[in-house]
Amino acid sequence: MCFENIVTLLIDKFGEGMLEGTDKDATPPIIQVAVKQIAAVCMELYENKQTYFDYLSCLTGIDNGPDAGTLEVVYHLYSIPYNVALGLKVQVPRNNKATDALPQVPTVSHIWRTADWHEREAYDVLGIHFTGHPDMRRILLPADWEGHPLRKDDQLQQKYHGIHVDYNTTDN
Amino acid sequence: MANPIQYQYEKENLHRSEPNKYQPEHLKPEEMLINIGPQHPSTHGVLRLEVVVDGEIVVDVVPHLGYLHRCFEKHAESMPYNQTIPYIDRMDYLAAMNSEHAYVMGVERMLGIEKDIPPRVEYIRVLVAELNRLASHFVSIGTYAMDIGAYTPFLWMMRDREHIQRLLEWICGARMLYNYIWIGGLFYDLPVGFEERCQEFIRYLKPKLIELNQLVIENKIFVERTANVGVLPLDLAINYAISGPMLRGSGLKLDFRKVDNYSVYPELEFDIPVGEGLMGTTGDCWDRTYVRVQECYESVKIIEQCLERLQSDLKRTREFDPRAHVPKKIRPKKQDFYVRAENPRGELGFFFRADGRSDIPFRCKARSSCFVNLSVIAEISKGGMVADLIAILGSIDIVLGEVDR
Repeated sequence: MCFENIVTLLIDKFGEGMLEGTDKDATPPIIQVAVKQIAAVCMELYENKQTYFDYLSCLTGIDNGPDAGTLEVVYHLYSIPYNVALGLKVQVPRNNKATDALPQVPTVSHIWRTADWHEREAYDVLGIHFTGHPDMRRILLPADWEGHPLRKDDQLQQKYHGIHVDYNTTDN
Repeated sequence: MANPIQYQYEKENLHRSEPNKYQPEHLKPEEMLINIGPQHPSTHGVLRLEVVVDGEIVVDVVPHLGYLHRCFEKHAESMPYNQTIPYIDRMDYLAAMNSEHAYVMGVERMLGIEKDIPPRVEYIRVLVAELNRLASHFVSIGTYAMDIGAYTPFLWMMRDREHIQRLLEWICGARMLYNYIWIGGLFYDLPVGFEERCQEFIRYLKPKLIELNQLVIENKIFVERTANVGVLPLDLAINYAISGPMLRGSGLKLDFRKVDNYSVYPELEFDIPVGEGLMGTTGDCWDRTYVRVQECYESVKIIEQCLERLQSDLKRTREFDPRAHVPKKIRPKKQDFYVRAENPRGELGFFFRADGRSDIPFRCKARSSCFVNLSVIAEISKGGMVADLIAILGSIDIVLGEVDR
């Protein structure tokens, strides 16, 4: 099933409001989906016999910077029987202050269980909270680390357990 | 002047570590919490496993990662595309050539120069990648046999891997971390006489592979330790996005070298071995090792075909310059790009977002095969013995450099 047909199928099922844009230049082509419908869209693509995206290759979190003020999550799906790849994308507003609540994206880990660790990683390095995730803990960084290092404006903490983190700017 | 990187000793620091998911007071009376790692030989690096056991039966496994985290993605988005290649080597340090090949392929496709690469360059890339695949599988099989109690295969595999490392050292000067495949070309051409020496090595290796078959995978003790252990059903494997020999061990014939037809793989003849459950259930630890051993034979086939081409119509000439197509300026146009390739451990993917204005990627995510493959361990080791947990962990074949990135 080609890209246009998938877009039509999704619009028929979820209405025009679901679609926030398409990016045909990307490899594989990407559909931008409204954030509250991402889990339902994924479930439809997973269960529909015509699309059958049974393999979640990759899940990436992206920070567009404090000026753009958005965070993105990109899902790369692959259908093994049809040999078709597809990207999905959601965009959420970014919390610019550390005291604000983390942006929320619905989890897809109940559909593809591989998303479990990918989402934990996105939470760890970018501070995107996946609602409904069974085990939202940090995965690569220590549990008591402060901040999310792949944010474009992230400041390193001064000391971690008595160790200077940024060794260029030290006073002793 | 005092050392700027100084550790201030405080007694309480000794008692701080990554908190466990399970707390002792929430366990059932018969359950016990044990900790394996991070310094443990059978974890193939620094991986900590928090294991809840009921006697000798594993109830749950919680892996704690990050001990080897070196901020690959942060590095990649703060330096130009070509300078990232040494960091790629250090991700999967047992298969650096394969990882470089995947990354370079992605950047070349983003630039639109993948058609300009001379065939000799592509053949050399495939040749070194397959040599590295052999070396990587040798380590994997050897250390796996050592995990479950056989010491000889490890030494034999390391002996054969040494030849490959010397060949690759001859090409580029490094034994493990090569920085050989460049965007648009290669560091150097093959040294004079390499093809003949490589053929000699293949002649030497073929009987050794038969020995490997007899020594490891047909060995009765090995079969008893691995058959019917850690069975990974195919539907679970796909749901967890398992790839590489682990997925093929579960019986699915999926190899991205065939599916995506990248590089010169469509011109080469090779088979895709899959697990058939010859000694037990399809998808057990034995099947995964069996697939790895069979893949060694396929890699030998590919190497032979590459050498044949490199000695006939793609012969070395005086005019040949492997750096002729290396771009002076690497600035892809604005796009999102996902590239994947078949590594010895499975699908290695790179997601790039180029903003079209700079030589530095806006975002570069590495989809690591070991990271994803390791996530299934809790699922397949529940209900087994603690000794089987070690056998399962070895059969997943993780490289912690790639898990933690």
